[in-house]
Amino acid sequence: MWGFLKRPIVVTADINLSLVALTGMGLLSRLWRLTYPPAVVFDEVYYGQYISFYMKRIFFLDDSGPPFGHMVLALGGYLGGFDGHFLWNRIGAEYSSNVPVWSLRLLPALAGALSVPMAYQIVLELHFSHCAAMGAALLMLIENALITQSRLMLLESVLIFFNLLAVLSYLKFFNCQKHSPFSLSWWFWLTLTGVACSCAVGIKYMGMFTYVLMLAVAAVHAWHLIGDQTLSNVCVFCHLLARAVALLVIPVVLYLLFFYVHLILLFRSGPHDQIMSSAFQASLEGGLARITQGQPLEVAFGSQVTLRNVFGKPVPCWLHSHQDTYPMIYENGRGSSHQQQVTCYPFKDVNNWWIVKDPGRHQLVVSSPPRPVRHGDMVQLVHGMTTRSLNTHDVAAPLSPHSQEVSCYIDYNISMPAQNLWRLVSKAAARLSGAHLPDWGYRQLEIVGEKLSRGYHESMVWNVEEHRYGASQEQRERERELHSPAQVDVSRNLSFMARFLELQWKMLVLRSDDSEHKYSSSPLEWVTLDTNIAYWLHPRTSAQIHLLGNIVIWISGSLALAIYALLSLWYLLRQRRNVHDLPQDAWLRWVLAGALCAGGWAVNYLPFFLMEKTLFLYHYLPALTFQILLLPVVLQHISDHLCRSQLQRSVFSALVVAWYSSACHVSHTLRPLTYGDKSLSPHELKALRWKDSWDILIRKH
Amino acid sequence: MPPATGGGLAESELRSRRGRCGPQAARAAGRDVATEAAARSPKRPARGSQRFEAAGRWALLALVTLLSFATRFHRLAEPRHICWDETHFGKMGSYYINRTFFFDVHPPLGKMLIGLAGYLSGYDGTFLFQKPGDKYEHHSYMGMRGFCAFLGSWLVPFAYLTVLDLSKSLSAALLTAALLTFDTGCLTLSQYILLDPILMFFIMAAMLSMVKYNSCANRPFSAPWWFWLSLTGVSLAGALGVKFVGLFIILQVGLNTIADLWHLFGDLSLSLVTVGKHLTARVLCLIVLPLALYTATFAVHFMVLSKSGPGDGFFSSAFQARLSGNNLHNASIPEHLAYGSVITVKNLRMAIGYLHSHRHLYPEGIGARQQQVTTYLHKDYNNLWIIKKHNTNSDPLDPSFPVEFVRHGDIIRLEHKETSRNLHSHYHEAPLTRKHYQVTGYGINGTGDSNDFWRIEVVNRKFGNRIKVLRSRIRLIHLVTGCVLGSSGKVLPKWGWEQLEVTCTPYLKETLNSIWNVEDHINPKLPNISLNVLQPSFPEILLESHMVMIRGNSGLKPKDNEFTSKPWHWPINYQGLRFSGINDTDFRVYLLGNPVVWWLNLLSIALYLLSGSIIAIAIQRGAQLPAEVAGLSQVLLRGGGQVLLGWTLHYFPFFLMGRVLYFHHYFPAMLFSSMLTGILWDTLLRLCAWGLASWPLARGIHVVGILSLLLGAAYSFYLFHPLAYGMVGPLAQDPQSPMAGLRWLDSWDF
Repeated sequence: MWGFLKRPIVVTADINLSLVALTGMGLLSRLWRLTYPPAVVFDEVYYGQYISFYMKRIFFLDDSGPPFGHMVLALGGYLGGFDGHFLWNRIGAEYSSNVPVWSLRLLPALAGALSVPMAYQIVLELHFSHCAAMGAALLMLIENALITQSRLMLLESVLIFFNLLAVLSYLKFFNCQKHSPFSLSWWFWLTLTGVACSCAVGIKYMGMFTYVLMLAVAAVHAWHLIGDQTLSNVCVFCHLLARAVALLVIPVVLYLLFFYVHLILLFRSGPHDQIMSSAFQASLEGGLARITQGQPLEVAFGSQVTLRNVFGKPVPCWLHSHQDTYPMIYENGRGSSHQQQVTCYPFKDVNNWWIVKDPGRHQLVVSSPPRPVRHGDMVQLVHGMTTRSLNTHDVAAPLSPHSQEVSCYIDYNISMPAQNLWRLVSKAAARLSGAHLPDWGYRQLEIVGEKLSRGYHESMVWNVEEHRYGASQEQRERERELHSPAQVDVSRNLSFMARFLELQWKMLVLRSDDSEHKYSSSPLEWVTLDTNIAYWLHPRTSAQIHLLGNIVIWISGSLALAIYALLSLWYLLRQRRNVHDLPQDAWLRWVLAGALCAGGWAVNYLPFFLMEKTLFLYHYLPALTFQILLLPVVLQHISDHLCRSQLQRSVFSALVVAWYSSACHVSHTLRPLTYGDKSLSPHELKALRWKDSWDILIRKH
Repeated sequence: MPPATGGGLAESELRSRRGRCGPQAARAAGRDVATEAAARSPKRPARGSQRFEAAGRWALLALVTLLSFATRFHRLAEPRHICWDETHFGKMGSYYINRTFFFDVHPPLGKMLIGLAGYLSGYDGTFLFQKPGDKYEHHSYMGMRGFCAFLGSWLVPFAYLTVLDLSKSLSAALLTAALLTFDTGCLTLSQYILLDPILMFFIMAAMLSMVKYNSCANRPFSAPWWFWLSLTGVSLAGALGVKFVGLFIILQVGLNTIADLWHLFGDLSLSLVTVGKHLTARVLCLIVLPLALYTATFAVHFMVLSKSGPGDGFFSSAFQARLSGNNLHNASIPEHLAYGSVITVKNLRMAIGYLHSHRHLYPEGIGARQQQVTTYLHKDYNNLWIIKKHNTNSDPLDPSFPVEFVRHGDIIRLEHKETSRNLHSHYHEAPLTRKHYQVTGYGINGTGDSNDFWRIEVVNRKFGNRIKVLRSRIRLIHLVTGCVLGSSGKVLPKWGWEQLEVTCTPYLKETLNSIWNVEDHINPKLPNISLNVLQPSFPEILLESHMVMIRGNSGLKPKDNEFTSKPWHWPINYQGLRFSGINDTDFRVYLLGNPVVWWLNLLSIALYLLSGSIIAIAIQRGAQLPAEVAGLSQVLLRGGGQVLLGWTLHYFPFFLMGRVLYFHHYFPAMLFSSMLTGILWDTLLRLCAWGLASWPLARGIHVVGILSLLLGAAYSFYLFHPLAYGMVGPLAQDPQSPMAGLRWLDSWDF
């Protein structure tokens, strides 16, 4: 009990100096002159605007990825005391003094710096030698593309950090599994795997690839566990349950948490409101909330409403009508009904107001108590300003002849029945956000009546946005009433899940214009580094920053991958014929390293061939890191198992050293393009253009 | 994955099961079968009923085949008008009979067979096949329909035999056959002039012969083994030759073959030479043979279609020169381009077409309101342009002027012949590709401004060279903005008549989109020279037609606001396709799966995944299964796994496709799904019966279960058969309609 008095208290600290040194060098390479260039570089212009939105707490919608990435960048801004006032409009604009450039770029740079020691640890946890681990870390350290990408306010380095963290913690967990399952560190690493995966997905959807890989590896290991008959059934079940919780439940919960924080942070209405539904907008401060506050909840007969098209393309607009009629005869000779035009109008206007009328009665006011309109009820929609009812009939629409024209019915005293009964379809009583009127198609701000509703389409769904109970009997009075603003009362809130689902859905379906970009590239060009991206050019000198990799590393990474694949195939075939070249443990090591590193490369690279969006070189960087991890693994394997004599081994080591020095040399040569700190002469720049496809900017004087 | 502990036993059992080798071998191996059957149910008298049982099997097969033929050929002639896509495939059949060249996104075999069937049955190719609903009148169409129905009828016996071989259970096979026979969807799809019955025929034939050669594995290199192996190859070629969907069955056979070879390679009793022989045999039968046949269908295709027709414009100038009747066939045109020449300009990228303009303007809000310039795939007067000097408007065809040739690097103006407007570009964004500049027709009677000037360049030539018709690859560079004339290949909306967008791209990347060649060339002042256009070799034609097909396929994009069918709709039978008729007075045919069959299939997939994983986990945990259960588990895991793989391969790739999808794309997957259902229910019921063996009526469970499923399928067919055989009278919403009460989902509109 008093043992600590009898013995001296000793603290033993194992400090792996190489790890410390690697971290130090990583920090140095990524943080050196971080505020340079003091101008907007490439995609900073894109992420910057979202940081400003966070600082101003304004709601936005970005379809490029979940919000965690933006939040990480915004955290940097928050720490640096950024107020969000900067106009992010062009690449190369000088930052004003209120922008804390250093702290904005700090987090990505830290993530990039920490990737270096993590590479070391991963290779070590794969049970390869200290030398190989050092090799992996040193390659990460001098890879120019990774340096460039980490030093700017961009997300790839953070994504890579979490990818590597997921792999590392899974490996730690897996190694714990052998000797101490369910220990504290076992739990810690298992949970951390789930957390890291979730963070990776939260930064970019691309993180999903690594997550799927980790799930697959974990599933294979779990399958072996099931086959382990020394474990009891209960024990196996506990193992599986722990994995399911850590790798499935925790990531989902965390992912929701990102959105929760996102929506808590952004409570003010902003420029992207229009994309969201009216109910969602109503939950934002200062947006629709102003309009919808105090609106009666249920649409009743006699209600005055504005109807917004849910589709929102090409622009959000409201059902509208006005005095003018359709031209008697169109340019192409078709005839029209010559009745009052009905359109979709993208601006708020008094002519957007419609009155819901019961076809059986003549009154246009809400009776008391109000009779709510229910799903399936027949209604007439009467235009507020002209008191004509909405009508469609068998006359071709002005621009889409295959659809019916929609008009406001004017009785020309022709024997034509008024086909102006509309059936209201929504789930329950029609209410704000719930009143869906199908049967109408919509094209180019033209309202058409689809004869048969052939399924459900968003453009056929309308939604009651503004709403009030009408009280005036007389047309004159009604007009005055319509001109007056809606009254103000209490506001309503959507639940978090409803808001999350809507936001996530919009993010997934929103298609930004697939435009080609000067520096866009195809996945095939990445492996051999046939392309680059010019990030920034000094406004006066020819100092410039490029996303340009260390070509020695890229090429040898691809070679290592090919060697890995061929060797594995060879071993597999030989094993099948009962020839075992490798001892069992070496073989398992080789397989696990391949599954994680070569597999990581494959899942982060191959899916791009199926994507139709605009792709850039930086999309390849996560795959590249996995390739870099594989390189020393393959080299050590060659040295251990394929070099037969000591002499061969020495020669091979010498070759590796020579190869690494050449990589260092390339890295140093490309350094001015990585850091952009040195202005090179046109002659020097030309000399750097090693491939014709590289686009290096040379000023013409 | 290390083999499961229970695997050894099951393996040996499976081995013994691989006794039979198709019908030929059935007689030889009949004894094995009988003894095995005897082993399964020791109570049954073995030897006496041997003959009887074999005869019973044949009779059952004959019955299944007969029923299938009867349902498919019943009321085949109805309706007597064009239904749905018959308008395309019937028309293409006619093209073969008339030997005119056309273009389609599918490989030619299916349409060639339709054409052949029509030819043999006396159809003369004169019917126009203009639009669905047109009456056939006196034209003979039954030959073509009959041919499709004939192939479609074979699906049921093929599925029956496949399941029989995979599960060794008559009841599973019967159940599968019943599901397919009584499925209204398969029935409807087999009754018309379509590619689908032909495609499904080949897919199922490939599957059947693959299963058969697998079961011959214990007698490699025997005659039946060779027969089934090469038949697999032939069927694969057929499937791919009809539609590219055939790639999925190729993938399945490929995976199966790799697994098979891997297994053989690990068998240390076989020498490497033997393994090499196995490999060579498979390469020959499954790669070389199908490729040769596939190429041969194209050779026949090009040989038969020797006349110029509606598909010419999709192909390059050199290709067109092969077609008799085309103006490039034995062409005689001036060789070098001169000022004043009237020309057509064709994009070198395949399936883009000719530079085109017409009187219509770009609509308001889309760039400047000037005349549209597009590319167009068909030959038309609006494709003609006059090449003029940029600075003079004098008529270069005036005989007093000497002929002046256009040279590489010259600055020219292109005047549209019909409208006399100049090809023009300016700093307005293009209609679809926002980062490019708009290209318009501008000016009056050839007088425009400096934005009409283009520099003409020959790719890979020096200055001063003349420009050769057909041979020179040219680029047109806009002088003021420095951009290059190109076509983005995107389809313009309705205002642009769905022609392709032409832009001026500021990115000077060298792509085929911005390279053009001169095709037609009229200049009375120049001598016509018989131009021996380079006749393309067969591999070049083959490659080109594939490129055009692939581009055509990816060009089939859904238009804005069009209601498209989504892959997730399909297995739940969410919405059908109208084959014929809309109103209540029409004869209506509606392609919709029999909901009972389809929903049973859906349920079965879920059940299969559940039961399959339970069994797999039990085996992995080392549970000692009794012999009978182990055998059934193997059937479920291997046989079921095989068809589940087929379903997966024929269904999930559609989620990745960007093109327009239709409900009928699901039917190949549906065949596999029905086979899975057959295997699953039979196995589950047998397992049930085994589990309740102590109960006296245990055997009855299996019989009753299978019988009720069979009867259920038959009864639902009785209810839904009007969907396939045609309905007249009020629509189903109407309570008066005979189909009232059968519209179980609101999305079905019949």
